[in-house]
Amino acid sequence: MNILLDPLAYVFIQRGLAASVIVGIICAVIGSYVVLRGMAFLGDALAHAILPGVAIAYLMGTNLTVGALVAAVIVALLIGLFTRQGTIREDTAIGILFAAALSLGVALISSIRTSAVDLTHILFGNILGVSSTDLWMVAILGLVVLAVIIGLYRPFLVVSFDPTLAATLRWPGEFFRILLLVLLALTVVISLQTVGIGLVAAMLVTPAATAYLLTRRLAHMMALAAGLGALSSIIGLYISYYASIASGAAIVLVATGFFLLAFLFAPGRGLVWKR
Amino acid sequence: MTPIESTQPPARLELDKISVGYNGALALRELSVQIPHGGQVAVVGPNGAGKSTLFKALVGLLPLRSGRIFIHGEPLGHHKDCVAYVPQREEVDWRFPVSVAEVVMMGRFARLGWTRRPDKSDHAAVLQALEQMNIASLARRPIGDLSGGQQQRVFLARALAQEPHILLMDEPFTGVDAATQEATLALLDHLKKDGVTVMVSTHDLNMAAKRFETVLLLNRELVSYGSPEAAFSPESIQRAFGGQVLFLNGVAAIVDDCCPGGEEHIHHHHETP
Repeated sequence: MNILLDPLAYVFIQRGLAASVIVGIICAVIGSYVVLRGMAFLGDALAHAILPGVAIAYLMGTNLTVGALVAAVIVALLIGLFTRQGTIREDTAIGILFAAALSLGVALISSIRTSAVDLTHILFGNILGVSSTDLWMVAILGLVVLAVIIGLYRPFLVVSFDPTLAATLRWPGEFFRILLLVLLALTVVISLQTVGIGLVAAMLVTPAATAYLLTRRLAHMMALAAGLGALSSIIGLYISYYASIASGAAIVLVATGFFLLAFLFAPGRGLVWKR
Repeated sequence: MTPIESTQPPARLELDKISVGYNGALALRELSVQIPHGGQVAVVGPNGAGKSTLFKALVGLLPLRSGRIFIHGEPLGHHKDCVAYVPQREEVDWRFPVSVAEVVMMGRFARLGWTRRPDKSDHAAVLQALEQMNIASLARRPIGDLSGGQQQRVFLARALAQEPHILLMDEPFTGVDAATQEATLALLDHLKKDGVTVMVSTHDLNMAAKRFETVLLLNRELVSYGSPEAAFSPESIQRAFGGQVLFLNGVAAIVDDCCPGGEEHIHHHHETP
């Protein structure tokens, strides 16, 4: 019992745990759309595109999360705009923007001589450095994303499954597509603290993909993915505490472990059943 | 030119010189057609004739380069009629995690809007549509588990649940078993009684000639429009299908590569019925 309670004696660990559970849940829920719509590359690109926002915020001496937020929303809207009329393929547009934003971020950060911004914290997260302000920000943004995804479940379902139906219903398909990109950007920003830029994509994709193997209904998939995301965060954080390994990496590895289990043993669809 | 003649009620569907294109090239040029209330039209043409393009333009998914579409006298986008669309089977993501009943319930979304919960009448309409298409026993199954014919019936049931004024079906006879083809045709008869206006795209000339009162022959522009006898004149078929058409003893045979898998096959069409 003490094994579970000991780490919680520290306030910074309580805050880290709360933040990573929230991030685990939000990533998994929106990640269900990422998996079903084939947006994994997009999620990864958004995460990297945040870097210049963080660097500029640092240079201006403002809150880093606010900088990340502004950068993420701008990039999400730009990707939406570039891919709108199908003049260039979506993955090409994403590839260009993603590399450009990452380069800009690296250029800006390399110009900061005495680099007090610890790049590894941005790249791989810093769960134990979550301040109470950060935690509030994660909680509020997370709640907003979750509320929109649940409240507009039906339009998001129709736009993802059957865009033609959305057109015949005269629902604004383009608006929902871009709204989903903006929600994804918000999710990436709140994930910065826990798993960092480098591993956000895993939190978006892995629990949702695991849930996809275990259920065949979208609502169930989202709920199951949220549970898996939260559980991965908790187990990962404990492993990180006792084994002294980077917490973001531990969380992602646990989530990947769940995926492999589902991939092998999912009822009817796992590898072992197919033989 | 005004779309509404003073003495006649407005046509249920009126295309006024519409041109539609993707990135430069025109897929459909200056097409003008009027389809009356309750009309059932087979849209026929070779691959790439613009059949799917026409349907996508009709639901507002592709912008018009020029021309206008009127639905019951109202411009497209401001119309009040309910338009339903049965997609080609290849266009649907069958791995998407939704059940049969959930897909059919989507037919009620026009009434329910973004958030309102379905009530008794919605559930009853869904059940009735499932029963009519003979798939009530599959209601809780994921759509990916069904056979091709069953999958088609799910979307037909959805269209029924939608209670549309206009129904567009993209290639409903392609790649499905005979029972599903019959179910589709029976549905068309049922819709006719309800006065639903229907457009069905097909490259099966035989089906179009036998089962439809009106044929729209298309090859990037209007070739002919009218009764099968009139629309399928040898000249029109030659114009629509070009080098793919073969005349043997007064029988037109069309060789095309329309079907998935690249298998060539031959449609027979009797020139004189």
